[in-house]
Amino acid sequence: MLSIKNLHASIGDKEILKGINLEVNAGEIHAIMGPNGAGKSTLSAIIAGNENYKVTEGEIFLDGEDISELAPEERAHKGVFLSFQYPVEIPGVSVTNFMRTAINETRKANKLEEMPANEMLKVIREKSELLEIDRKFLSRSLNEGFSGGEKKRNEIFQMAMLEPKLAILDETDSGLDIDALRIVANGVNKLKSDKNAIIVITHYQRLLDYIVPDFVHVLYNGKIVKSGGKELAYELEEKGYDWIKAEN
Amino acid sequence: MCLNFLMVLKNKKMPKYTEDHLRVELESKEYEYGFYTDIESDTFPIGLNEDIVRAISHRKEEPQWMTDWRIEAFRAWEKMIEPEWANVHYTKPDFQAISYYSAPKAIDPNKTLDDVDPELLEMYKKLGISVDEQKMMNNVAMDIVVDSVSVATTFKKTLGEKGIIFMSISEAIKEHPELVRKHLGTVVPQKDNFYAALNSAVFSDGSFCYIPKGVRCPMELSTYFRINQAGTGQFERTLLIADEGSYVSYLEGCTAPSRDENQLHAAVVELIAMDDAEIKYSTVQNWYPGNKEGKGGVFNFVTKRGLCEKNAKISWTQVETGSAVTWKYPSCILKGDNSVGEFYSIAVTNNFQQADTGTKMIHLGKNTKSTIISKGISAGKSNNSYRGLVKVGPNADNARNFSQCDSLLMGNNCGAHTFPYIESKNPSAKIEHEATTSKIGEDQVFYCNQRGIPTEKAIALIVNGFSKDVLNKLPMEFAVEAQKLLEISLEGSVG
Repeated sequence: MLSIKNLHASIGDKEILKGINLEVNAGEIHAIMGPNGAGKSTLSAIIAGNENYKVTEGEIFLDGEDISELAPEERAHKGVFLSFQYPVEIPGVSVTNFMRTAINETRKANKLEEMPANEMLKVIREKSELLEIDRKFLSRSLNEGFSGGEKKRNEIFQMAMLEPKLAILDETDSGLDIDALRIVANGVNKLKSDKNAIIVITHYQRLLDYIVPDFVHVLYNGKIVKSGGKELAYELEEKGYDWIKAEN
Repeated sequence: MCLNFLMVLKNKKMPKYTEDHLRVELESKEYEYGFYTDIESDTFPIGLNEDIVRAISHRKEEPQWMTDWRIEAFRAWEKMIEPEWANVHYTKPDFQAISYYSAPKAIDPNKTLDDVDPELLEMYKKLGISVDEQKMMNNVAMDIVVDSVSVATTFKKTLGEKGIIFMSISEAIKEHPELVRKHLGTVVPQKDNFYAALNSAVFSDGSFCYIPKGVRCPMELSTYFRINQAGTGQFERTLLIADEGSYVSYLEGCTAPSRDENQLHAAVVELIAMDDAEIKYSTVQNWYPGNKEGKGGVFNFVTKRGLCEKNAKISWTQVETGSAVTWKYPSCILKGDNSVGEFYSIAVTNNFQQADTGTKMIHLGKNTKSTIISKGISAGKSNNSYRGLVKVGPNADNARNFSQCDSLLMGNNCGAHTFPYIESKNPSAKIEHEATTSKIGEDQVFYCNQRGIPTEKAIALIVNGFSKDVLNKLPMEFAVEAQKLLEISLEGSVG
């Protein structure tokens, strides 16, 4: 589904990604771990199309199509979703209105009619139940005054609404207490299918107790330096990142 | 597509008829008002003097008291100087280079909508403006005349049954001279300010509305008004009287772009809310803002003020997106005890537009309350200023005011300014002022993009969210149009 080949990227003069190769197939969960400053968030931002970063070399394919030149909204229309580490606030725009706009813009881009209001309400009801979200929450301004946990849960609610092909969860566990973490992880697991793929970016092994990855990759200094199964996460937890740093 | 591109000002053809010709004619004949002109052309010669003022009054077949009232205003205006305190910069109009009277444009029977600029039609489509209204605004004859006439007639009948008077001010001067004479200039006196004085001297036309005691106006005075307001000219005069215990919601203006050929607009609106009456006055203004380089565009210098008697309420809501220079402060004089004044405003400036707008809340009565919510949105190289005065008189015990002024900036070349003035002479007054300035962030836009929302749409969403508190105050059908208008006005402003 996602195929990243020799990806190099920089911000300003600083090269952050130094040749990333990654293959993700439908039905898989990949975890990308690594110390601060390794380039994890940069990688997720670049897959989503953030234009603050410059891709200097390499390609990103989604279902065989090179998406490296596409605008972020075009990538979204093709099913790329990023759960932000720091979701932004948009005052005066309700969660519902935001979702309605996002869904209809995506449908429009895919030459589909707008989703009828009653269907929209039905989907909203289903997905909010799935994530144990109080419906009152949905009429609040997007992320404004949300707690850390509410923001993250709202990100996963949006993922549920948009049903992406490829979801990248950037440090979704940061700022979550253990109960919120369980709810968010349960939500993600319910959304998981053999048609979509999930990339989980995290510092800690903790989240991976709930969202069990098929593959774990260690990103260090702009490169994937180690890949393995879920046991790699435990090894990292035990030995710490110094182990990786020492080897590289 | 950009708003500016839509509007190309046409050069007005001036007849080769000078003031001297007029003077000769004026001197050569005498008429019942001690004055005569046989000008038959649709446009008066340029320039302004007492004779022109008399000529306007005569042309409109006004009674002597009205002529005298205009002359009094003109004499005051002559001694006044144009104000310079506003945070706007422009070349002052040459008042002797303007023609002060144009007859309303006639319908051209050969014109169809096909003759209208397709860009403009596209804009109407975006705003959802009906074909009939499009024709009205472009002086195109209506195919289904019956329909519009019957609509207007139905309106008139419904209003008539309730005793509501709603007509042009010119008609009102003739048909209800006692009402007009009693109230005209009581809220905005002739000498109030430079532009109000000018308007008092030369006002072309406008609307008059009277709601009798205890009557609740059964409809928003909107569609009917919109159709009929075309061609009221550059010096509009509105007088609205809500008698004791009555209610009216009044909509002024139109979201469609006005291709006005007059550069200077100086309107006066006076509202009178008697005991227990309520007036809701909503405006959408979208005059030609000049081109992208800041050339041309309408100067909009308006005086709007309302007077509240006991327990009365006046609520101003405005959406301002047009004009090159705007100077406008819809105000409330809270004279009666327990009266309430509200001001909700969205002002958008783009390119080189300048707006200095706000309100004055003058608390005179006891327990008077006022609320001010102002949302300024600046883009391009524009400047947007909020200027407000909250004044509490010595007898206004327990006066309350809450003001909130929010500014939203788009890009790095625009400006937002806030000038709140507070004068309180009563220690029991409670005045609150909140202000914020924010910028549409790249991170907000990227967040929207990532969810599949393209940048233009994202900006519209953010701007609408920012303006929500005010948009919610507009009557429903107007709010939808206004929302689209905001979107269109800011098209291409972030890129």
